[in-house]
Amino acid sequence: MKVGLFIPCYVDQFYPKVGIATLELLEKLGCEVHFPLNQTCCGQPMANSGFASLSKGCDANFIDNFAGFDYIVAPSGSCVLHIKEHLHSEKDPEKADILRGRVFELVEFLTDILKVENIESSFPHRVGLHNSCHGQRMLGLSSMSERVGEPFSKPISLLKKVEGLDLVTLERSDECCGFGGTFCVTEEAVSVKMGKDRVADHLAHQVEYITGGDMSCLMHMEGILKRQKRAVKVIHIAEILNSK
Amino acid sequence: MSRELILNKIRQNRPKERVEMPQNISFEANFSDKIEKFTEVLRGIGGTVLAFENIDDISEDLNPQILKSSNPRILNNQAYVNNEFSDAKTTINLVPEIAFGNTDISKINDPHDLAPVDVAILRGQFGVAENGSIWLDESDFGGHRVLPFITQHLIIVLDKKKIFNNMHEAYAQLDITKTGFGLFLAGPSKTADIEQSLVIGAHGARSLVVLLTDS
Amino acid sequence: MNHAQASDIFNIDEPRVNWHDESLWFIRQKRDKAAWTLPEWETLRGLASQIKDHTLANMDTLLEQFEAKAQANGITIHWAVDAQEHNDIVLNIMKKHGFKKIVKSKSMLTEECHLNPYLEKNGIEVIDTDLGERIVQLRNEPPSHIVMPAIHLKKQDIGDTFHEHLGTQKGATDPQYLTEAARQHLRVKFIAADIALTGVNFAIAETGGFVVCTNEGNADMGAHLAKVHVACMGFEKIIPRAEHLGVFLRLLARSATGQPITTYSSHFQKPREGQEMHIVIVDNGRSTQLGRPDFRNSLKCIRCGACMNTCPVYRRSGGHSYHSAVAGPIGIILAPNLNMKKNADLPFASTLCGSCTNVCPVKIDIHDQIWKWRQEVVKEGYVDFSKKQGIKLMNTVLSNPKIYRLAGKIGRSTMRFAPFLVNNGLNPWYKQRDMPEAPKESFRDWYLKNRK
Repeated sequence: MKVGLFIPCYVDQFYPKVGIATLELLEKLGCEVHFPLNQTCCGQPMANSGFASLSKGCDANFIDNFAGFDYIVAPSGSCVLHIKEHLHSEKDPEKADILRGRVFELVEFLTDILKVENIESSFPHRVGLHNSCHGQRMLGLSSMSERVGEPFSKPISLLKKVEGLDLVTLERSDECCGFGGTFCVTEEAVSVKMGKDRVADHLAHQVEYITGGDMSCLMHMEGILKRQKRAVKVIHIAEILNSK
Repeated sequence: MSRELILNKIRQNRPKERVEMPQNISFEANFSDKIEKFTEVLRGIGGTVLAFENIDDISEDLNPQILKSSNPRILNNQAYVNNEFSDAKTTINLVPEIAFGNTDISKINDPHDLAPVDVAILRGQFGVAENGSIWLDESDFGGHRVLPFITQHLIIVLDKKKIFNNMHEAYAQLDITKTGFGLFLAGPSKTADIEQSLVIGAHGARSLVVLLTDS
Repeated sequence: MNHAQASDIFNIDEPRVNWHDESLWFIRQKRDKAAWTLPEWETLRGLASQIKDHTLANMDTLLEQFEAKAQANGITIHWAVDAQEHNDIVLNIMKKHGFKKIVKSKSMLTEECHLNPYLEKNGIEVIDTDLGERIVQLRNEPPSHIVMPAIHLKKQDIGDTFHEHLGTQKGATDPQYLTEAARQHLRVKFIAADIALTGVNFAIAETGGFVVCTNEGNADMGAHLAKVHVACMGFEKIIPRAEHLGVFLRLLARSATGQPITTYSSHFQKPREGQEMHIVIVDNGRSTQLGRPDFRNSLKCIRCGACMNTCPVYRRSGGHSYHSAVAGPIGIILAPNLNMKKNADLPFASTLCGSCTNVCPVKIDIHDQIWKWRQEVVKEGYVDFSKKQGIKLMNTVLSNPKIYRLAGKIGRSTMRFAPFLVNNGLNPWYKQRDMPEAPKESFRDWYLKNRK
């Protein structure tokens, strides 16, 4: 199967190691992975600011780069959600439809498509999982505390396969970190307070690492951890699953 | 006219897709004992629930303090009411099986005159186990709707066989148009408006005692 | 002041924010506990949603049915196109009788219509009788939450207010003591009131009756003593059948506070003998909202407040920062319809986390509507010029591969070699967070070197 690797703009620029880990992991699991060189951004920052009307450029560029792949995989729940919900083309609506059905967030790709049984990875550390909102509530990566029903978690099912990993149970398992896109600067006070509270929950459980499926959330929490001069580090789930 | 303006705009703007209306809604309840559930829930929301009939087969749990502590032994509704509310000044009783009450409500014309009432005893029509509520309507209030609210303390006598599992069962057999006013009453009045501290006794009755009977 | 500015101020006192956040989170947890006692919880939500969907689609016939039934029961029905007309109707009923004192139980609708100041301007003594509402009334502030109006106040604040207005002991903060004082004070008002105004939780088309839910009993203490009872409702409060109350009464209190039901669920059908009963059916923008396909679902709201309790932004900014009668997530999707210019900031007071949508007992797609209002607000031009230019610039960069790569390179180089240009007071991110480290290579750079 031909997999097109979609790397979120901020991961490409600030956290290339997450892209590298995603690529290596998919290759390890038997995928033929290509990285279209002219990809840019999914368009979410503009759309979520009320400027979905400006999305033609990003949409067209995405379709150009990713048409023809069997699957498009990205290490980001929010970017994948945006594409799934909002990718469109006036010129070629069927193409956009097809692509929307083929784009997957990394964790769900591993559990639902590759149906991964074993992961040869070791990460003997105390880890807190941050359930990024878009991945959890909108892509259905795990059950949510708001709903009554059978609990499940795709990311935890993968983390359980990692040797030595000690996953803590947080006080609030799925509260938003407060990044929220441009919200992080337009409502800076609330954004940071939300991030500080998430970080405090992890710290109270003595984690060494905070992980999750969205680097945006982790970048925001990392900014707070570093400002507080904490030893706790953030790490994307791809990096944990890819670690030796 | 405003009525026409509003209704016309609604007619114009309402969604035109057909949406089926749910009806005959029912859900199974999983209570092994409706009476126990009703009692548990109502006690949890500040109500006192007692059952004095068939004293031999009453569980300790149902009347622990009464059975253990009081002297003389309280063995029926009458004795309980006499003991608990002996110094109530103004009392109204609408349950003839209990000898109690010093004020004849049929002589009261203005509901404002009920302000001094300390204790009122009423009969409830049925209860709902899932939320500890009791349905009563204005025919149970001796002609004054304000009675269960304005009294300081409220006692309701309820046939323990007339308890439904949930609200769907309750509404299935209730015709709310048969009365000018009715209510589900669940416990004493309360508020948590001051820093979320629960205070029992807001503007309605300060306490609710439910006496479960066999009939 | 817009939401962001108000939130800046709210967040100055961090311990107080923690207290506010934890108080509301605790209620959210009580709601969860109550929901889990019903295995059919999600099915009930679906039914409630469908009943309300059916109601929206049949709004006109249901209202006509309701009116006819209510009138047959001796109730007078009034229709108010807007807030002003609603206020005039209430005032005129009072004037007709020469009444000067009104007691009110909770009605967010009257808050929306600014009824109290209007009546007071016309020489009427208005007493809000819900304890939380009375507290904020004495303090001359609006309620901050639709179910718990004084949730933003500590007992010291309330103790001070009661000392000033009710003569309680200075420094007394015991909730029992303060509530008792309010009980005595308001009991006098109930007994003296000529007219009582209540809200309407549910109006039943099939019967022409309506239901009012309280824990305090204040709606009933007012209505059953006063010579005149006026019930005010937004027209969307209508439901088709009495049996539907089974669904809504099972969901309402559990969603709002985690209780299985409120202490009193009072079913009003006819006025008591000798009493006049009025219902004021209000539009005030609701028929416009009904005509917006993207936003009409907001009219399904049963005003439980669960969305506010769960919203991480509301908990850390407080109801007043939304400058609207109804705050929180539901406020965000209702307010722009009333006044888009004034409320253009509200759709951005959210991270779109989706928690609200998933606690809503009638399954309103709140977070989706918040996103859609953002598009609407921008389309109508209610966005800062500088923000607009900034987004346009961002779009140029992010949709153009070459520009994007160049901008990325420059950005990272700047951060590496002249960090002071980025790490300063002009950068809002930098105020309380460190910037991420800027790597030498982007992922694409690495890919070209290592894979191609």
